[in-house]
Amino acid sequence: MPQIDQIALTYGSQIFWLLLTFGFTFLVIGLGMFPKIQGTVDARDKRIADDLEAARAANSKADELEESYRVKMEKDRSEAQAVVEASKAKANAAAEKRKTKANADIAAKLAAAEADIKARSDEALREIEDVSAEVAQDMVAKISGAKVTKAAALKETKAALKHG
Amino acid sequence: MATEEGKIDPMYQFEVQTILEGFSLGGQQIAFTNSAVWMLVAVAGLWLFMLGGMKRELVPGRWQMMVEGFTGFIDNMMEANIGPAGRKYAPYVFSLFMFILFSNVFGLLPVGVLGLHPFTVTSHLTVTGVLAIMSFSIVLIVGFAKHKLHFFSLFIPHGTPLPMIPFIFIVELLSFLVRPFSLALRLFVAMTAGHILLKVLAGFVINSTNAGAGYGVLVGIPSFALMIGISALELLVAVVQAYVFALLTSLYINDAENLH
Repeated sequence: MPQIDQIALTYGSQIFWLLLTFGFTFLVIGLGMFPKIQGTVDARDKRIADDLEAARAANSKADELEESYRVKMEKDRSEAQAVVEASKAKANAAAEKRKTKANADIAAKLAAAEADIKARSDEALREIEDVSAEVAQDMVAKISGAKVTKAAALKETKAALKHG
Repeated sequence: MATEEGKIDPMYQFEVQTILEGFSLGGQQIAFTNSAVWMLVAVAGLWLFMLGGMKRELVPGRWQMMVEGFTGFIDNMMEANIGPAGRKYAPYVFSLFMFILFSNVFGLLPVGVLGLHPFTVTSHLTVTGVLAIMSFSIVLIVGFAKHKLHFFSLFIPHGTPLPMIPFIFIVELLSFLVRPFSLALRLFVAMTAGHILLKVLAGFVINSTNAGAGYGVLVGIPSFALMIGISALELLVAVVQAYVFALLTSLYINDAENLH
C-alpha cells in the first residue's frame, strides 16, 4: 500500500501542500466567501419575512376597512328603514284621520236625512188622521145624525188606524 | 496502470510521484507531487464553484442556488448539532466539507481517458490524518478554553453511579482519544477501498479480453457492468464520506461547546 510505504518519504510534502491548499480554502473560501453567501441568504430571508409581514398588515387593514364599510352600510340601511317606517306611519295616521272624518260626515248626513224622513212621514200620517177624522165625523153625522166632536173622532180614527 | 509482465497493479494509483524536486525542510523533501497537483485542482475547482455563487442576487440563478444550497446545508447542520453558537464554526466545517467533497469527486473523474492519472488526495492517510488532527485540535482548544478543567466532566455521563465513575471515565476517555483516528481512517479506508475495487474490476476487463474474445464476453462484460454500478456507488460514497467527516466534526465540536 503506497500510502503507508511512502509515508516516511512523502509526509513532509503531503502535509505542506495540504496545509497550503486547505489554508487557502479556509481563509479565502471559508472566511471570505462563505459569510458573504450566508449574508446574501440571510438578507433574502429577512426581505421575504418583511414582505410577508407587510402583506399581512395590508391584508388586515383591508379587512378592517371592509368591516368599517360594512358597519356603515348597516347603519345607513337601518336609518333609511327608520325613515321609511316613520313616513309610512305618518301617512297611515293621516289616512285614518281622513277616513274617520268622512265617516262622521256621512253619519251626520244620514241622521239628518233620517230625521227629515221621519218628520215628513209623521206629518203625512197626521194629515191622513185629520182627513180620516173629518171623514168619520161627516159619516157619523150623516148616518146617525149624532154630533161627534172632532177630538173624539180623531181619537177613534187613531185607534182604528193602529189596528189596521 | 503499471504493467509488469502483463500484470495490473491496482495500488499504483495511490503512489505519490514527484514532479518537481522542490526544496528541503527539516530533512524532508518538499516536492511538488501529483498529490499537490490534485489538491490544487480541487481547491481551484472549489474556488470557481464558489465564485459562481458570489453574484449575491436577490433572486438567485441556478449556480448561485447550488452554492447557497451547500452553504445552507452546512449552516443547518451546525445549527441543528451545536445550536446558535455553532455559526462561528461554520466556515471551518464548510471548508472541510467542500475540500473533502471536491477531492473525493475529482479523484473519481475519468481523466484516465485523456491520458492523465487521477489521484484521490483523500485516499492518503497523511492527508486525512492532518484534517482529523485539525478537527480534534479545535475540539480540544475550544473545550479547554471554554470549560477549563471542567471539560473532563465530558467523560462522566450524567447519572453514573459513584463506584462506576473511574471505569466509565477511562472508557469515555479512550473513546474520545480514538476519535481522530476513526475520523482519519474512515475517510482513508472508504476512498482507498472503492478505488482499489474499481481498478481490480478494470484489470479483469483488460486481462480477460487479452486472454481471448470468449473470456472477454464471459468475464469482461459483467465486470464492466459491475464497474458502472460501483462507479455510481463510489460517487455516493464520495459525498457521504465528506458529509460524515463534517457531521462528526460538528458533533465533536458540540461536545466541546456544550459538554452534555
